[in-house]
Amino acid sequence: MATIQKSANIIKISGPVVEAEGMRGAKMFDVVRVGDEGLIGEVIRLSGDTASIQVYEDTAGLRPGEKVVNTGTPLSAELAPGLVTSIFDGIQRPLEIIKQQSGDMIKRGVVADPIDKKKKWKFVPTVKKGAKVQEGDIVGTVQETPIALHRIMIPVGYSGEILEISEGSFTVVEPIYRLKPESGLEKPIDFPMMQRWQVRKPRPYKQKLQPVTPLITGQRVIDAFFPIARGGTACIPGPFGSGKTVTQQQLAKWADANIIVYVGCGERGNEMTEVLATFPELEDPRTKRPLMERTILIANTSNMPVAAREASIYTGITIAEYYRDMGYAVALMADSTSRWAEALREISGRLEEMPGEEGYPAYLGRRLAEFYERAGSVITLGSDSREGSVSVIGAVSPPGGDISEPVSQNTLRVTRAFWGLDASLASRRHFPAINWLTSYSLYKDNLKDWYAKNVSQDWTDMQTRAMGILQQEAELQEIVQLVGPDALPERERAVLDSARMIREDFLQQSAYHEVDTFTSFKKDYLMLKVILKFSEKEIEAVEGGVPLSRILSLEVRNRIGRMKEVPEDAAQQELDKLLADIDEQFRALKS
Amino acid sequence: MSRLEYTSVNRVAGPLLFVEGVDNAGYNELVEITLPSGETRNGQVLETSRGLAVVQIFGTTTGLDLPTTRVKFKGETVKLPVSEEILGRIFTGLGQPRDSGPPILSDTKLDISGAAINPYSRAEPSEFIQTGISAIDGMNTLVRGQKLPIFSAAGLPHNDLAAQIARQSKVLGKEETFAVVFGAMGITSEEANFFIKDFENTGALERAVLFLNLADDPSMERIITPRMALTAAEYLAFTLDTHVLVILSDMTNYCEALREISSAREEVPGRRGYPGYMYTDLASIYERAGRIKGRKGSITQIPILSMPGDDITHPIPDLTGYITEGQTVLSRELHRRGIYPPIDVLPSLSRLMNQGIGKGRTREDHRGVADQLYSAYAQGRDLRSLSAIVGEAALTESDRLYLKVADRFEKEFVSQGRYQDRGIEETLGIGWDILSMLPEGELKRIKKEFIDKYYKRQALE
Repeated sequence: MATIQKSANIIKISGPVVEAEGMRGAKMFDVVRVGDEGLIGEVIRLSGDTASIQVYEDTAGLRPGEKVVNTGTPLSAELAPGLVTSIFDGIQRPLEIIKQQSGDMIKRGVVADPIDKKKKWKFVPTVKKGAKVQEGDIVGTVQETPIALHRIMIPVGYSGEILEISEGSFTVVEPIYRLKPESGLEKPIDFPMMQRWQVRKPRPYKQKLQPVTPLITGQRVIDAFFPIARGGTACIPGPFGSGKTVTQQQLAKWADANIIVYVGCGERGNEMTEVLATFPELEDPRTKRPLMERTILIANTSNMPVAAREASIYTGITIAEYYRDMGYAVALMADSTSRWAEALREISGRLEEMPGEEGYPAYLGRRLAEFYERAGSVITLGSDSREGSVSVIGAVSPPGGDISEPVSQNTLRVTRAFWGLDASLASRRHFPAINWLTSYSLYKDNLKDWYAKNVSQDWTDMQTRAMGILQQEAELQEIVQLVGPDALPERERAVLDSARMIREDFLQQSAYHEVDTFTSFKKDYLMLKVILKFSEKEIEAVEGGVPLSRILSLEVRNRIGRMKEVPEDAAQQELDKLLADIDEQFRALKS
Repeated sequence: MSRLEYTSVNRVAGPLLFVEGVDNAGYNELVEITLPSGETRNGQVLETSRGLAVVQIFGTTTGLDLPTTRVKFKGETVKLPVSEEILGRIFTGLGQPRDSGPPILSDTKLDISGAAINPYSRAEPSEFIQTGISAIDGMNTLVRGQKLPIFSAAGLPHNDLAAQIARQSKVLGKEETFAVVFGAMGITSEEANFFIKDFENTGALERAVLFLNLADDPSMERIITPRMALTAAEYLAFTLDTHVLVILSDMTNYCEALREISSAREEVPGRRGYPGYMYTDLASIYERAGRIKGRKGSITQIPILSMPGDDITHPIPDLTGYITEGQTVLSRELHRRGIYPPIDVLPSLSRLMNQGIGKGRTREDHRGVADQLYSAYAQGRDLRSLSAIVGEAALTESDRLYLKVADRFEKEFVSQGRYQDRGIEETLGIGWDILSMLPEGELKRIKKEFIDKYYKRQALE
């Protein structure tokens, strides 16, 4: 990287924002090294000779007059084997290496390569000498972890003929193939495995596709009622304690994506520790390998510098796009975008910009939209037309749980699934505390064909029926509030009981129960089928004059409550038996 | 870098001094201000540019003038001298001795703003702390290295509760005791004396460090006090391998001081006039808790805050709840009914509970019992408000049972004495007593095997 040396000096310091003069020639979003310690920063405003710089590290002790050096390049992510299983800070510094260098507390001015440049990887070419390649084409693979096959691609903007390509063990910076550029005028270029990409710029693709495949999350309320498609966007707003983080972590654990990027953005340190401690031990139900082998963590906790928090989601999504380009389904969890927006607000305030709503900058909505728009299901670059996707799930932490605030509102405008968390559900330990009346998913229609083909023709109909019962319950509850439950006719009380079954025996799911934590779609279907069957029989029986109390004491009723604990491999058999027993016991009831 | 004294104070606004002609003051640098009377005060640089430094003064600005006030830049950030001698001592909010003891002389001076613990270095908090209080141990378990605030309000017994936690906390099967670091921000001398007395009575004072900024001390010191306390705690925990319990009271006063500075700086305010960076600022305090891999000590934090107008959505409790690992919420309603501790378990939460409970830590059925009590109590509370409208007679048989469960839960499980130290077995036992009022089929949150083992069938009769 060519460094352009200039005599630039600090003239003002205000929190994470530093002003420097003598910066003529600097470009917006160039990375600069600030002060004698060389703190990393980024140019965010230019005015004549002076530049405003957001500094990614603590600025305490910095003085006017200290030097500023412009690197001349924008903030970029390094992309190569070695990303998976790593934990980075907001500007892709590996926290493990930082620990080795500076101890348990993060010190300032630490420089560390994001990717280990000494480690050798076994590269297996997939193209031969003489092959004609274009940007995005795969030239070979590296087994990054037992479940992540890293595909090495021709960087964006290059095409031509492979002059040489070697098999064997290489570091990520050693040249592995030589390309004769298309035009024929330029000299052949040697390429290593590693590429760089500036984080604020979306990586290109050929074409965006309509998302038509669900991202199976293993969470019943999401998969069955408010699904997210592969390449879709979802937001989880909720007050503190409503389970945003647990829900995000559950998705990171069980979603059927190839690669998971988990961005802890301005959140708790211990949460990242929990992920680090549990993910290597949990097994992916599909590959039977530790979850960590498909996970990349970006951790910029709440007490780490605020500007790096702003950068962290861009670093995260750039890495996600890179794996998408290999043809993988990637899911990115950002927890929490509100903290990211607050970082934006803090920096905007220090720049003395005119504030918009609640002190947030006027460009908040645009920046959020730009971020979520980087999600999608796409046909990637490259001649083999691979399909890849990035699904983005963003948590939002609205003050006081009131989603009329700007971050929630701007997020709702650009995301298509909404999982509204509810404090009153959380306080009675109904988890996941996703409110079934206010949440929605606009992907349901897109996914109809998939359900018909892969689950069952009647799935969509079952969804609607179950939702109808819950809706009816909400209306009946209003009456109960006035007259008491005893005053309701038996039939209505049977409806309330059906709704209760759906709530307690289907929607509620424990993240900490070894079986219940993950449910396959097949089991979702069976469970809902059992409940709807019981509900149907129950209402029919009550209408036929059977007292509700007798129905409630049926033996199958208790078994419905224990369906959650039935292991996946026994589900089909046991639940089929349960379906048959329901018929049986209701028949006995009538006679 | 020549360190000079300046007499060029140009403007005083609230707690801020604008010093002109200063070319290279360091950001966050410590300054010493000498008043015309010869008195000195400390301050800190909040913003620096060529030719101007904005200094926040700790203490009052009474007696300060523009022409003769001298400002000396010390060339370093605010630091706290630490050694083993700090145990048993009482300091002011700025770290000066407040008792009759000598000042702490030490070569080890720590920057009070601390550095962020590398998330990679953190160890997962997982050791159950038995506080002897059922509503906490049973329902919202505290673990070593957690930050669990008490959300209280004026007139509620949060001090008694904090003192009881400090007094009774222990890790089962281990003899190590906790050292207590107490940071007081703007509390009354009466409250401070209550803690000192309580620590004295139990002999905890020898293992305590107190930083007291009382209600009549300068409010600006409150910005420094919690950082002093946490710096001392970090030294005790990570250098001297001690388990430390940090009590900070009252965070509301801290936030008010933060707001005062923000408004003096004419910053764009966030909600209710509090600065937009309050989340980040509070995080720089609360995140200084936890455990580090390979080190013996730990920091467990119990900040106390009073919710203005009992409003949990007020920015102070709201932002706190987003940072801390749960919260213990006190309820005025329970307090009025004479229940001590008046912990409302429904909005309370401990995010690290799962790591600290279960087989080998507390008991195998702990999670299920807590969940079941939660859902039963929540249902009972709902029905209580319903029965207030439609009358108890309009409720079903099973509903009336849940009403009774809620009553017994409050009177037998939550309620206990100020000096009553309940073991975890006892706590769970009371839980089962109450749950056994319900038919077995209702206990969906508890695994079948634990119901078979602990459910008290005779209670049905």
